[in-house]
Amino acid sequence: MSTHTISILTENHSGSLSRIAGLFSSRGYNISTLTVAETDDPTMSRMTIVVSGDEEILEQIVKQLNKLIDVVKVIDFNDMPKIERELLLVTVDLNRASRHEVVETANLFNATVAGVTPSSVTFEFSGERERVDDFMTMLKPYGIRDVVRSGAVAI
Amino acid sequence: MNKTGAQIVIDAMLKEDVEVVFGYPGGVVIPIFDVLYDTKEINFILTRHEQAAAHAADGFARATGKTGVCIATSGPGATNIMTGLATAYLDSIPMVAITGQVASPLLGTDAFQEADIVGISRPITKHNFLVKSVDELPKVLKQAFHIANTGRPGPVLVDIPLDVSRGVMENYSYPEEVSLRSYKPNLNGHAKQIEKAAEMISQSKKPVIFAGGGIIHSGADKELKELAEKTNIPVTTTFMGLGGFPGDHPLFIGMPGMHGAKCANFTLQECDLIISVGARFDDRVTGYVQSFAPNASIIHMDIDPAAISKIIKVDVPVVGDAKNILTALNKIIKKRKADSWNDQVNEWKGEKLFSYTDSDSEIKPQAVIEKLYDITKGEALVATEVGQHQMWAAQYFRYLKPRTLISSGGLGTMGFGMPAAMGAAFGNRSLPVVDIAGDGSIQMNIQELATLAINNIPVKVIILNNSYLGMVRQWQQLFFNRRYSSTCLRGGSLCPVCNGPENCTKKYIPDFVKLAESYNVAAFRCDEPAEVENVLRKGLEVDGPAVMEFIVSQEENVYPMVPAGKPLDDILEG
Ligand SMILES: Cc1ncc(C[n+]2csc(CCOP(=O)(O)OP(=O)(O)O)c2C)c(N)n1
Repeated sequence: MSTHTISILTENHSGSLSRIAGLFSSRGYNISTLTVAETDDPTMSRMTIVVSGDEEILEQIVKQLNKLIDVVKVIDFNDMPKIERELLLVTVDLNRASRHEVVETANLFNATVAGVTPSSVTFEFSGERERVDDFMTMLKPYGIRDVVRSGAVAI
Repeated sequence: MNKTGAQIVIDAMLKEDVEVVFGYPGGVVIPIFDVLYDTKEINFILTRHEQAAAHAADGFARATGKTGVCIATSGPGATNIMTGLATAYLDSIPMVAITGQVASPLLGTDAFQEADIVGISRPITKHNFLVKSVDELPKVLKQAFHIANTGRPGPVLVDIPLDVSRGVMENYSYPEEVSLRSYKPNLNGHAKQIEKAAEMISQSKKPVIFAGGGIIHSGADKELKELAEKTNIPVTTTFMGLGGFPGDHPLFIGMPGMHGAKCANFTLQECDLIISVGARFDDRVTGYVQSFAPNASIIHMDIDPAAISKIIKVDVPVVGDAKNILTALNKIIKKRKADSWNDQVNEWKGEKLFSYTDSDSEIKPQAVIEKLYDITKGEALVATEVGQHQMWAAQYFRYLKPRTLISSGGLGTMGFGMPAAMGAAFGNRSLPVVDIAGDGSIQMNIQELATLAINNIPVKVIILNNSYLGMVRQWQQLFFNRRYSSTCLRGGSLCPVCNGPENCTKKYIPDFVKLAESYNVAAFRCDEPAEVENVLRKGLEVDGPAVMEFIVSQEENVYPMVPAGKPLDDILEG
């Protein structure tokens, strides 16, 4: 088992996403994250998929991805250097006792404050997936109200 | 020029040289059928079930190598062709299926006769399209035909909403060229890889050529024969490859696998080099993968890069079209003389690739097929259904030319044979077309007797009636202690007399002869071994379709047999 970050350049068609996702699901593969958006060329989309699983099956899936008519290019980042980021928005409970520590923790990670209410603060943070995990772990004891992660993008 | 979507669909077919289309109408495809009504250049065949239309388009494609075309309406019409698409997909058959769809504004509302056909067919098509506007229709149709019949061929579905086929496009023209930035099949094998392959072949002591359906798709049979004859390397072809190498050639050693020739299986297990061309190492062929060809290096030539090393680790991959690769290989390959390896293979081969014990008192199904071969001298197109009869058709008929065996290999679809034979008969008018059927399979699309009769399509249906779903019964006999659950077609799901079929007094249903006659199809029944030849000749001589029913030995099994999950040389014999 290993984790792979796969980047897919595809025609910007309505069926492309489910066709691509279908290749993973038909083999019982669970996609851990998937992000997609238009590129600088509006006829193309870029998808970043993070999966973990058996190497040989993954190699097969990459071959099958390359076969899809809509797919223009597939990159498996495991064979090359990459910059990877994930965006996190997290809302944490605030009370007089914890306030200082919470803000301190956020400073340590260089997270920015995206919003505040009298009883909560929402941080915005982006970084490698592991850093996002670490930040979450640090915040957990203060009470996480809500969290949303974008899934990784890589270049 | 202004054209409606429906007119564009038909014009595209004309531009793509489509001669025959199979299908079935319905509400949302009325506009298309309305245009067909005036189109004399296209022979439209109304089947009695959409599944049959898809199989017929598939059979036409298998017989000719051209793209088969079928049409169905939305919802139930479209879902009925899914088995046909899956069948064509697994055997890499070029097909374009046109389905009607509810009008765009109704999409996704569970409208009357709506189903998400693009979603349902996604995993069983090479590609599919939902057409959004009449203006993109010409481009989509052009791409559909292009994708279906290039690279590794396959079925493509085009789903057309009612408003699109009714809509009008101004300044219509059909595109001449296709450009798909993401789809550029690699046709020429890499020269370095081909050199490597040639080198490996010349070093090998015990080589074998293992050819699959790819030989037939790419029309590489002549090149294959040249390679084999230059090098004297024995040739085994998969079930899908039968006919890709002459079945009566001295170098032919039969098909390998679960019901393959012992000779082919022994040769694969013993060889030191497999030269695989257009075969995908299906599990019915390799047996237990870990013990497949333990001493062999593998050269794998295939048009589909994803087929390489999918099942078996390959030493030298060559991606490209089989015909191109073999042409290049033949130019540089060194001659090889027959040697002791050939002697060994010939010893395994013996006099016949397959044998059975004949009988005077009951008709052996194998005997019917052998007799059919003798009478036709192999000059026939043989379609089959799925089951024991299909395996006997592979074992006891020798396929001398490509595209003469038409059978569902990958999906194993019962009910495929008769409609596929129907389609094949449109593609090949010079050879007689027979469908070898079991009494179970034939009942899955038997309504097509009507289509055969009305269009006077000369398909000869040979039913090998053993009263059982024989192939399943064989597994029950061998591996489930003869518990014949739901495999007796006389007794129903729990037949108390199944363990002694000779005692069974129940009649089989239906009476195939009466049934065929009610469809206006000539029919003959035969239950005497001595009469087999006579009945076959009578059926073949009929001008038009005919049904020949042979009451055969009920508990005959297909041998040899490699049980599922066993190594190829672990062979059961009867
Ligand atoms: C559509 C479909 N349903 C079920 C099966 C499973 N199956 C494979 S062979 C077989 C029995 C076929 O019986 P019959 O057509 O009478 O042929 P026989 O084996 O007796 O020659 C069955 C049920 C199948 N291949 N296709």
